[in-house]
Amino acid sequence: MRALLGDDAVYEAAAGEAFPEYNKTHLVSLELPDRSGDIIITTYGELDKNNYLDPRTAQVATVDHIKQTCTKLRPAMDEELPSAYIEDFRNSLDIELSKYVGEAYPKGVCAVYCTSGKDVEGPGADFGFAVVISAAKRSPQNFCNGSWRSVWTVDFSYELQYVDIKGKIQVGAHYFEEGNVQLDTNVDRKDSTIWQSAEDSAVSVTNIIRHHESEYFSSLEESYLNLSDATFKDLRRKLPVTRTLFPWHNTLAFSLTRDLAKELALGK
Amino acid sequence: MDAAMDLMRRMPPGSAETALNALLSLLPDNSLDLLSQVDLPLQVCSSSSVQTQAVLLGPSGGSVPIRIIDAAPTHLDCSFDWVLRPVTFLVVSCCVAFIKKCPFLALFPFALRVNPTSKCRNPRMIYLEKWYIYLQVCMDKESMKEYILCEYNRDADSYRSPWSNKYEPPLEDGTVPLEAMRNLEIEANEVFSIYRDQYYEGGISSVYIWEDEDNGFIACFFIKKDGQGKRGYMQIGSWDAIHVIQVGPEEEGAAHYCLNSTVMLSLTTDNKQSGTFNLSGSIRRQMSMTLAVADGHLVNMGKMIEEMEGKLRNSLDQVYFGKTREMVCTLRPPPEVLNMRLPDS
Repeated sequence: MRALLGDDAVYEAAAGEAFPEYNKTHLVSLELPDRSGDIIITTYGELDKNNYLDPRTAQVATVDHIKQTCTKLRPAMDEELPSAYIEDFRNSLDIELSKYVGEAYPKGVCAVYCTSGKDVEGPGADFGFAVVISAAKRSPQNFCNGSWRSVWTVDFSYELQYVDIKGKIQVGAHYFEEGNVQLDTNVDRKDSTIWQSAEDSAVSVTNIIRHHESEYFSSLEESYLNLSDATFKDLRRKLPVTRTLFPWHNTLAFSLTRDLAKELALGK
Repeated sequence: MDAAMDLMRRMPPGSAETALNALLSLLPDNSLDLLSQVDLPLQVCSSSSVQTQAVLLGPSGGSVPIRIIDAAPTHLDCSFDWVLRPVTFLVVSCCVAFIKKCPFLALFPFALRVNPTSKCRNPRMIYLEKWYIYLQVCMDKESMKEYILCEYNRDADSYRSPWSNKYEPPLEDGTVPLEAMRNLEIEANEVFSIYRDQYYEGGISSVYIWEDEDNGFIACFFIKKDGQGKRGYMQIGSWDAIHVIQVGPEEEGAAHYCLNSTVMLSLTTDNKQSGTFNLSGSIRRQMSMTLAVADGHLVNMGKMIEEMEGKLRNSLDQVYFGKTREMVCTLRPPPEVLNMRLPDS
């Protein structure tokens, strides 16, 4: 792209606008400079354009969007973090979720952000979290890229003693050796559970997420199986209805005789 | 040009969209640079002093302008001379699958066409025309058969039907192929529609043939098939195939055939349980052969196309879709793989 434009200043300006957007929508994960883990670039953790919160290590990372690296790291300030009461819920969920993500996604990373009620000090009020799971594989040398992204919002409603869970899963894959094929899928899921202690809620929320994601994975597999058997056949068969290659010679003869017949008819 | 295409091929879809969105705002300053790289299809017309404005329409055709760019008239006073240029056409057609995903790619000058019609309020408007997205069809009112619209059968605002050889909307002085070419075209259309019926069980096909330099000719075969899925799975599917064959002059009873094929495919299933599942792509392949013309050009061309379509379908099915599926399984290994791995760890 840079080579195409032939103007670095223009490239920088355009990239400066495009990359943050891309990094956020694709939930790009970057390694923290102190190697304590990965940070996911998401709107939930965004403090300003270049600074993102990592709730697990309670640190704020400065991000270079274009190079896709973390440049600086500082401990998060108290006002950037949730209260101890909320943190208990958040941390428990993070622990359970990390177990699941570690099992299910070899390259997966996850994070739990507090999205509402972060200053709630004790029982009696509503609060909510955003659960972000991102697994990506880039191997341009094999002409392949892919990503699994899911975002779940978990809302604790005190009055109803109820936890509402909504999720969106997006899967993309792109293969581009001597051609170009893309897979692009997404689905919305909804579920709920009852309000329990921090640990128990974490377990049941993670189970719900696990259940929905594995169910979705099987449905993707099923779609692929249907693809070549039915879907593809609907568009173009492997062989003609006659189950033999097309008789180019005969058709020609066929149309020639029809031409002859036409001419004969005209002659009469 | 090759570098640009290569870049476009390698860019993951999302980044292309955002990157180009940002690039868009910078286009006026750089369009000259970009255009200068597209040397082949450009043909500079007489320049006018009228301030030119480009309006880019979204892929749905009728949608609101994406953005308006003011550009110096010289940048846009050029028509893309695609007619009779199969090579360029293929370059453009391979952009199509991308444009579907990222409408902003249409902002690359080579994906645009100056619409030279006078009926248009502003004749210098640039439209991202609908047929870049999918092949468009039109009904031949005489034979009540549909045919495919493309640059090869276009003259001004009208498109020539391969069935009646007439332009729609009617055009008095529309160019038509020479008689020998027309006869071959009639035959090709007839045979090809039988072929299409046997493989596609429906769909629309059109063949256009016209003379090339030094006694050769060019034949362009189109097939368009949309499927609703009678086996009940497919929600929306489309297969657009374009085969352009350049046939050299006959020498000692043989001729050289150069086939360029493109298939654009899109499959979407949509239901509550599994959400939206979209798999789409395009592939291109080239094939060259020198064959005896004893059996006639049509037999040779037909066999080449049949072989090519089989290969393309197979690649899409096995290789391309297989690869994306493999990718999904790398991201999230299926349970059986995990279970097998557990005893080790």
